[in-house]
Formats: sequence, C-alpha cells, structure tokens
Amino acid sequence: MTQPSRLALPLAALLAGAAFATQASADAVNVYSARHYDSDQALYDAFTEATGIEVNVLEGGSDQLIQRIKREGQASPADVMLTVDAGRLWRAEQDGIFQGVESEVLAERLPASMRHPEGKWFGFSQRVRAIFYDPQDVSADEIASYEDLADPRFEGQVCIRSSNNIYNQSLLASMIAHHGEEGAEEWAQGVVDNMARDPEGGDTDQILGVASGECDLAVANHYYYVRLLTSDNEADREAAERVQILFPNQDGRGAHVNVGGAGVVQGAPNPENAVRFLEFLSSDEAQAIFASGNHEFPVVDGVEVDAVLADWGDFKRDDLNVSVLGENNPQAVRIFDRVGWR
Amino acid sequence: MSSPASQRPSSSARRLPIRLDAWSGLTLLIALIVALPVIVVLAHIVMPAGGVWAHLVDTVLGRYLLNTLFLVVTVGVGTFVIGTGTAWLVVMCRFPGRKLFEWALLLPLAVPTYVIAYAYTDFLQYAGPVQSALREAFGWERGDYFFPDIRSLGGAATLITLVLYPYVYMLARATFLEQSVCVLDVGRTLGRGPWRLFTGIAIPLARPAIVGGVSLALMETLNEFGAVQYFGVDTFTTGIYRTWFGMGEQVAAAQLAACLLAFVIVFVLLERWSRGKRRYFHTTGRYQQLPEFRLTGMRALAATLACLAPVLVGFLIPSGLLGYLSVRGGDSLFGARFLEFAGNSLVLAALAAVVAVGLALVLSYGARLNPGPVTRTASWVAAMGYAVPGSVVAVGILIPFAWLDDQINGFLKAHYGVIAGLIFSGSAFILIYAYVVRFLAVSFNALEASLGKVTPSMDAAARTLGQTAGGTLRRVHTPLMRGSLLAAGILVFVDVMKELPATIILRPFDFDTLAVRAHNLAADERRARASTASLTIVAVGIIPVILLSLAMRGSRPGSRARIGRKDKDL
Repeated sequence: MTQPSRLALPLAALLAGAAFATQASADAVNVYSARHYDSDQALYDAFTEATGIEVNVLEGGSDQLIQRIKREGQASPADVMLTVDAGRLWRAEQDGIFQGVESEVLAERLPASMRHPEGKWFGFSQRVRAIFYDPQDVSADEIASYEDLADPRFEGQVCIRSSNNIYNQSLLASMIAHHGEEGAEEWAQGVVDNMARDPEGGDTDQILGVASGECDLAVANHYYYVRLLTSDNEADREAAERVQILFPNQDGRGAHVNVGGAGVVQGAPNPENAVRFLEFLSSDEAQAIFASGNHEFPVVDGVEVDAVLADWGDFKRDDLNVSVLGENNPQAVRIFDRVGWR
Repeated sequence: MSSPASQRPSSSARRLPIRLDAWSGLTLLIALIVALPVIVVLAHIVMPAGGVWAHLVDTVLGRYLLNTLFLVVTVGVGTFVIGTGTAWLVVMCRFPGRKLFEWALLLPLAVPTYVIAYAYTDFLQYAGPVQSALREAFGWERGDYFFPDIRSLGGAATLITLVLYPYVYMLARATFLEQSVCVLDVGRTLGRGPWRLFTGIAIPLARPAIVGGVSLALMETLNEFGAVQYFGVDTFTTGIYRTWFGMGEQVAAAQLAACLLAFVIVFVLLERWSRGKRRYFHTTGRYQQLPEFRLTGMRALAATLACLAPVLVGFLIPSGLLGYLSVRGGDSLFGARFLEFAGNSLVLAALAAVVAVGLALVLSYGARLNPGPVTRTASWVAAMGYAVPGSVVAVGILIPFAWLDDQINGFLKAHYGVIAGLIFSGSAFILIYAYVVRFLAVSFNALEASLGKVTPSMDAAARTLGQTAGGTLRRVHTPLMRGSLLAAGILVFVDVMKELPATIILRPFDFDTLAVRAHNLAADERRARASTASLTIVAVGIIPVILLSLAMRGSRPGSRARIGRKDKDL
C-alpha cells in the first residue's frame, strides 16, 4: 500500500469542501432564521406552492446570524432574516443589516407599531412575558405586576431563568425604560432576593417549577405554557393544569410583549423574492401558520387565533416602542451582573 | 510529490540550534496555518477594551475563574481515577465480563456532553420522575429531603467526567498493552503485589499516555460549552460567549479567551517541566503474554461493578432515557431530512479525521527528526487550538477568510461584474479547517505518544540502510503505528461528530448536521424532539468507537508473530 501524498489529503478536503459551497439559485429566497419550529417547514412549503419560489434556510441563534451576515458582506446569500426578539431586530438594524422596504401590502396589513418607520423590519407575531402562579399558594389578587415579583413577601418563592436569556434582558430593558436605571436595578435586586433557587433551565422549567411545588411564582413566555397544555405527554398536561397564567400590569402600562419579526437584508441577491416572502408572511394563511404554529399572537386583525389564546380573551399590552428594548440591552446585561443574577 | 529528504545525519542537527530543512519547514508551515485563527484572536490583546474589564472584574470574573478551576480539578481527578483504574483492570485482571468491558468502556465517548445533559435533566430535576416518585413514596415536600441538583456545577462536573474518562482509559489501556512484561517481572521479582505494580510501576511508566489522556479531557472541559450553558454554570467559555455576543464586546471577549489560553499554556509547561529529561522508550521487544491476575469471589464482583458503573451511568442510562423520549415524542423531521443531517455529519467527520491525522503525522515526525526549539514550539502552537473554545476558533477563522472572500468578490465585481460567492467562508472548507484547528491536538497527542515509544535506534538503522527520512516514516514508523493512526483518526472523527459551537457558526448555508439539529431543538426547550437527533449522534458515534476497540485489541505487539525489536540500549 502506498502512502497517500501529504499534500493530496488537504487538497482533496479542499475540493470536497468546495463541492458543498452553496450557490444562490435564481428562483429562490434565502432565509436566515432564528426560529426553528416544526410549523416553519409548512410555512415555507406554502410559500413555494403559492409563488413557485423555493425557500432555502439557515437556522441559528440571532446573534450568530447577525454576525454571519456582517462577515459575509456583499457576497452574502441572505435575503431575509427572521428573528424572535425585538432587541435582536434593533441590533440587526443598528448594524446596518436591513434595507428599507416599501410595500403597499405590508403597509396595509400590518399595524403601524409592527413596522419600522423606514421599513427596515416588520413584526409578524407577538409573545407575552407572563407570570405563572400556583393557585393553591397564591391567590389571584396577591400579585398583579412585574414589580410585585420583587416584593419581600415573596421571598424564596420566585422561579426565573438565567440572565443570559434574551427574554429576561428585554424584560429588564423595559423596566429601565419605565423606572430608570436605578429603579430597574432595585427591582432586579429584589427579584434575586426572592428567588426560590439559582436560575436554571429554560422557560418551560420555570413553569414546571411551579407545578411541582418548587416555587409559587414563575416568569415565562406564554407559549411555553400553551405547549405544555397541548402536549402529547400526559404528565406535561397535568403539570400545566396545576398552574395559572397571569398577564401582568393590566391596571397600568400592560404586559411586556416582544415580537418575532423579519427584514430584507441589505444587498440581498433576490430582493423581489424577499419582499414577496415578507408580504406572504402577512397573509391570513401564513399568519395562521406563523403565529399559531408556536401559539403566538398574530399581528394581523381578523386572523384566527390559536384556540387556547382565544380562550384567554383580550388583555392590555405595553405599547413601549420595541426598539427601546434593544437600546437598553447592554445596560440590562450589566445590571444583571451587578445584582448577581446568574 | 517527492519525499523531502534530509541528507545530513542527525548528529549535526544538535550542533546547530536552528536548522531549516524540508521537514522543519513543513512542520512550521502546518503550525502557522493551524495557529492562524488563534493568532487572529490573540491579536486583540493589544487593543483597548474600554471599561468592560473593570465591570467584569467587579462582577463575574471571580465566578468564571472559580467555576472553571473546580471543573478542571474534579474532571481531572475523576477521569484519571476512572480511566486508569478500569484500563488496568481490563488489561491485567481476569474477571467476569472483562472481554465485554474492554470495548464497552469506550462507549461514553460517543455521547456529547450536551447530550448527556439533555438526557439527565428531565430525569433528575425537581419536577422529574425520580424526585416526584420519591416525594410520592415518602410524602415529602420541598425542603424535606436532600437531592443533589443536576443543573449545578457539581452536576456538570459529574456528567463531563462520565463522558470524558474514555480518553484516559483508551490511552492508558493502549500503553498498558504495549508495556513490556520485563519491567513488571522485575517488579514482581522484587516482591511487589498487584496493587503496587500498578501504582509504583505501571502508572509512572504510562505517564505520557495518561497525562495525554487527562489533558485531552481537561482541554475538552475548558472549552465545554453545550452542557455548562444548558445548566447555567458560568465558566470562562460561557463568559467569552456572553461578553462577545451578549454584550457585543468583541475585544474583551478575545482577551478572556487569551486568559483561558494562558491557563492551558501554564498547565502544559508545568507537566513538561515536572517530566524533566525523562524519556519513555521501550528498550526491549520481549512481548510475551502479560501476566494476568485472576480475580475470584468478592474481588471479581467488585471489578465487574467498577467497570459496569461508568458504562451504565455514562452510556446505557442516558441512551435509554433518550430512546424513551424519542419514542414518546421524537423529531417530526425524522426520515429523509434526517438522513441528510446524518450524511453531512459523517462526511465532515471523515474528511476532518483524514486531514488531522495526516498533519499530525508530519508534525510529530518533524519534531522527532529535528528535536529543537523550532519544531517543538511549532508542534505546541499547532496543538493549542484544542484549548480554544470552538466559537472563538470559528471567529478567528472567519475574520481572515471573510476578508479574503470579500476581496475576491470585490475584484471580480469591479472587473467582470460578477460575484463568485463565498468561496472559502461559505463552504465546508472553512468548517474542516476549524475542525483541524480544534482537534489536531487529539491526533497529535496520540501519534506523539506512539512515536515516542519507538526507539531512535530504529531510525538510525533504517537510515543506515539507505532510507530517506520520508522512507523511514513510510516503511518503518507507519506500519508500527498503524493502531495509533487509526485510533487518532477515530478520535478526531468522534470529536467532529459531537462538535457544536464552531459548526453552528461556520456551517454552509442550507447545511445542517445532527449536532446543530439537536442543539436548535434543545435551545427551543424541546428536549423530547431533540432526543432523536441526540440519539442518532450517539448511534453514529458508536460505530467508530467499536472499530477503535477492535483495532486496539489486536494492537499488542507480540500478540501475533512479529519480528522482535532489537534489544538495544540508548
């Protein structure tokens, strides 16, 4: 047996690697998505069926996708970036990733609060950061707001996840907007003092924490709760039924909402297809899949809402401009560090 | 391509401090290419980071340090004890199940740390079946009983130890198998019992291999990301990631990475220094049957249990849990898409393994031919990437190649009005590059240890008989090292299958692997759905691991008829 030449090996690898290099084909739209829900595939299929345009997807974390688009520069195959948090949309916009889009369809279908003034991005679904409680230990009139979570009477009773999580960062960013940096830090300190355990796990785990009696109060995005309620797993459903959901601050500014949204990437190779994709996302058909697939609230009026959400009825939402969540994000991260919120 | 020949005898090499023949040149070139991303990251040290450092020092840095230290110490001790202990048992003792454990002990190697974390979390957490059952059975409430929290520093250390000890086991076992029986016989003649043969003779002699295994485990620990992030344990790696992506402080993040690297360099230097001038050649080729200790009764039972425990906890239980989860509510994309993910993972891992072993062979042989500061430094530098977190390596690679692509495209656009696309940064090339940077140390350590055991007289004899340096490598060393070459390749293969952070950042557009799929679903809190991809990673990883154990079984020199090596002093 002859030893393969030393240079041939890396060379072969390089060639094989180049074979993977993807070319943006003409009739396609390339989507960089921070969403990875099972229903997304149905959404892409529906778009292809309606327009004949194929959808290629790269899934990943928002921050990584933003970094990636920046690095790829003029040769980036990205047409559309989809993400699930206002802070991230803001950051992407600040980094100059989005281009302005003028579309009559979008202007007509989406409420103004869901559109960037220059059409840099559009919101297509809403999620609420809700409070969950154990009705056996806490009565509904004892807690009404995020501020209550920092109240000393709930010492050792609050479950909330790590500060590395963007949803908590956005929540604190909204507190900074409403109470100023000092007030927000005081609140964060109060929550840390009330924690039932060191922050661990995801949002689902906080809700399960209430269900299993580890804590009485928890903070999580609403759709994690709906997932449990509609799970195939009986244990999940039972757990969810032991927990009550509460939309905070109904007597004041309203519950903290975040958006899932998208924009057309600067220098997109297929800009027309990209705009058509966004317009498609605002259609009744797509809204139903996009929002309900993850049990989120659609942003277009008249679209059928997920059955569980419809049962909850209407509630007041904090109408804070979502770009503030992005602006205050770095401050929020530092406050978390200072109060020792892991 | 012709083999670079070095004509001068090696004695003249000792006189000249630096000698640049083709081999050293090649070694240097490889080291430079592999070190490039690390250098790019380290270049950030000289940049001003603003006020971030003061903030980090005031708040989180202490925790990063303490947690990281705790992990390093516990995983280091844990992998050493489990890995060396079980290796000695299966090589030197006879007890029920030994043949099975010989290869089964490697199985946890196929389980990525983040997968074992996903598997155990649901099972052991407060709301999980174990604790719920306990509460139900005994009528306990919260606070009535003590149960260790799985999502904690201790939990992370335990799980990491359980999937990393095979590194130590594998290298220690290979060395115990290759050890000459004469030394042990001398020990016995001098009245040493089995236990003292093990602690007093076998372990010190196997030191390079054991240290190699433990350092692999430790470096893997230092840049472990999936499990610690999932458990919310703050370590240097999660800190780097958070500073970089969460706070947007690229410079400070790179400086944190540099600190981590300093950690590793100090560790490596300490080990080299304490080893001093000792060398570990085998000077004899007498490889008769190893003397085995026949265990009976309680001792046999204890040996069986000692080997069963790590396999059970590190492989069987997590696989079972994942299997249960995926039957209950697995991945809805199971099917054609899934085969595509698996195919991508396999092709990437195989390519990276071949390249990494080839480069490691050149590096280790180059260092052997010209032992001196140049080649030694080169091989160290080349192996450094293993200690750098995957996400940092990825960014270090992206910066130069994204720039290069941009230049190419700018040029093409200006002159021809076309864009070639992301030739380097958007293809699998960059991914394989990253894997080689990360895992060259794995193959290099294995080959260096193996090459180190071939007495230099072999080289001298071959060269006297007219072989070139390249010919000696091809005709003498490569056949002798066949087992180690295979082992090195398989190690890299399995590591690449499991690699997560760099893959996430660098994978080409519309190209997913199993690890990415599992991570995306778990990040979205769909552990049940993530279980299918997780289980597939494990399943695909088992095959090379079993191959590895089979290869190792036949690798004892003298286990078949072989031309005995010359007894010769140095």
